[in-house]
Amino acid sequence: MNTAVTIAGVELKNPVMSASGTFGSGHEYSEMTDLNRLGAVVTKGVADRPWEGNPTPRVTEVCGGMLNAIGLQNPGVDVFIERDIPFLKQFDTRIIVNVCGHSVEEYLNVVEKLNDQPVDAYEINVSCPNVKQGALAFGQDAKVLEDTTRRIRDVAKKPVIMKLSPNVTSIKDMALAAEAGGADAISLINTLIGMKIDIEKKRFVLANRTGGLSGPAVKPVALRMVYEAAHAVKLPVIGMGGIACAEDAIEFLLAGATAVAVGTMNFAEPRTMEKVAEGIEAYMKKHGIDDVKELIAAVQD
Amino acid sequence: MKRKEEALIAEHSCLCGEIHSLWLETPMAAEAKPGQFIGIYPKDGARLLMRPISICDVDAERKKLRLVYRAGGAGTKEISGYKASEKMDILGVLGNGYDVEKMKGRKVLLLGGGIGIPPMLLLARELDAAGIACNAVLGYADGRDFLHREFDTLCNTYVATMDGSLGTKGTVIDALKENMLFSDIVCACGPMPMLRAVKEFAKDTGMKAYLSLEERMACGVGACLGCVTKTKNTDPHTHVNNTRICVEGPVFDAEEVLL
Ligand SMILES: Cc1cc2nc3c(=O)[nH]c(=O)nc-3n(C[C@H](O)[C@H](O)[C@H](O)COP(=O)(O)OP(=O)(O)OC[C@H]3O[C@@H](n4cnc5c(N)ncnc54)[C@H](O)[C@@H]3O)c2cc1C
Ligand SMILES: Cc1cc2nc3c(=O)[nH]c(=O)nc-3n(C[C@H](O)[C@H](O)[C@H](O)COP(=O)(O)O)c2cc1C
Ligand code: FES
Repeated sequence: MNTAVTIAGVELKNPVMSASGTFGSGHEYSEMTDLNRLGAVVTKGVADRPWEGNPTPRVTEVCGGMLNAIGLQNPGVDVFIERDIPFLKQFDTRIIVNVCGHSVEEYLNVVEKLNDQPVDAYEINVSCPNVKQGALAFGQDAKVLEDTTRRIRDVAKKPVIMKLSPNVTSIKDMALAAEAGGADAISLINTLIGMKIDIEKKRFVLANRTGGLSGPAVKPVALRMVYEAAHAVKLPVIGMGGIACAEDAIEFLLAGATAVAVGTMNFAEPRTMEKVAEGIEAYMKKHGIDDVKELIAAVQD
Repeated sequence: MKRKEEALIAEHSCLCGEIHSLWLETPMAAEAKPGQFIGIYPKDGARLLMRPISICDVDAERKKLRLVYRAGGAGTKEISGYKASEKMDILGVLGNGYDVEKMKGRKVLLLGGGIGIPPMLLLARELDAAGIACNAVLGYADGRDFLHREFDTLCNTYVATMDGSLGTKGTVIDALKENMLFSDIVCACGPMPMLRAVKEFAKDTGMKAYLSLEERMACGVGACLGCVTKTKNTDPHTHVNNTRICVEGPVFDAEEVLL
């Protein structure tokens, strides 16, 4: 049975990876789940210097999901190179670095520093809804997205995965813009902008007022967007949004994703990704599928 | 090692009003330190996140741990409905806890306000076992003084109630002053206004203060950066001034945190 997939020349032993920001740099969860079982670890967003993030409360639960407004707190690329890459290199898994910035220059600073490091690809977060300056701005205007993608592609020595925002009128246009800018792959969805109000205190629950919605509550929307994006472009697609089990992951593969990422459900069950990888194998066995690639975009009317 | 595990409910009862006592049979009891906490998962699939609850006590064989919690919101209300011999998923053991060793030879004062009282019980027990003298002040809204009797068996216990129905009328600080309970170290858990007052009071009187903080959490293990508090010095994870309550806390040296 072959569970390997290839994204922009990077072979993953299976199509299951972590969603950025829910898994740190793998360290925190490594005592609870086997990183060797993962196709890749996608890291928390890394900027060119340490970021403080937003005031608290930063997270809250909502029906079937959660809202977060972390604001990309991260130690910056220098600490990442010194501390997190050596840690991740101990495991037999791919390393995909999620990159964030307030300006194209800041993205480029990170990419330049990582170009000679043993990491496998960049995932460019142009879709964080929780940072006031920049970030989402790069991901909501097709022209800006295309231009940003091109400038990063020109500098990057590794595959560039553009992470798309669902907070747009046409996901298809954004996927096409990333493709036109030279992206090697796209990933989606980032979180949907949401809100929660405490009616006793008559206050916003999150200090940032709004936060990104994730978890099973977003899955149908995410699946539809992955389907639309995957059918608009020739690029490989990494699908995510509410994946809780192998069945969910298989839906994303059938919709056109080459690989899938698990985010919020790691909080509910730290072994979710391992279970998804096992469950995909069980499904393949049951249905006599020899190669997981047979599932990609196999959905029919 | 941190892990998610099934635990058996050994006992589950209501102490008063919304306050419930839950005894769980779990190997985590053998590892639990005072001030640490565990996450309890609701079973309703629409409630994804664990509820962080402090470890209140451990039985003599260290096979069971006790949680005392307020069923305030939807998740804890759901949890309060589970009965003895049912199972619950828990995540633990989480957080740093109090360092009892460091308190040897010192006079210790424990302050618990409301639902901040439970974690002080295991601390009182471990201080007692280590031969460290301590006093406790428990602050309640009214005369429903849950856990008061347990404290009485372990240390000199004083009570403050906001409505004056029991002990000193007022806050734990009022009771502390009234009874002149000055000590070398004060350990406190309770609502933020109380913690701020304790920090201030400890500074003015030269006591060392350790505070147990609360924040909304998603992962509980340091991965999401949801639960941070502002710190005086740079934090070990991000090298800014935002440290994770779930890993570097929940117990902090009062001088370290900006409340
Ligand atoms: C380290 C730590 C130790 C704690 N120890 C205790 C304890 O011993 N006894 C006790 O009664 N309570 C304790 N709490 C508070 C307890 O976690 C919350 O009251 C509980 O999570 C609320 O959940 P709910 O289902 O009632 O509310 P819901 O409204 O259903 O909760 C929605 C979401 O918000 C979170 N949340 C809501 N209020 C709080 C809060 N005050 N603190 C943190 N998260 C919150 C919930 O965890 C959940 O993710 C502790 C909190 C922390 C951080
Ligand atoms: C707490 C939290 C932090 C996140 N941080 C990032 C981040 O740093 N960079 C990023 O591109 N996406 C981030 N995301 C978005 C996730 O990677 C993912 O796109 C989204 O949550 C949908 O997947 P899920 O429903 O499986 O969580 C974060 C999500 C959560 C819940
Ligand atoms: S709750 Fe995720 S870092 Fe503390």
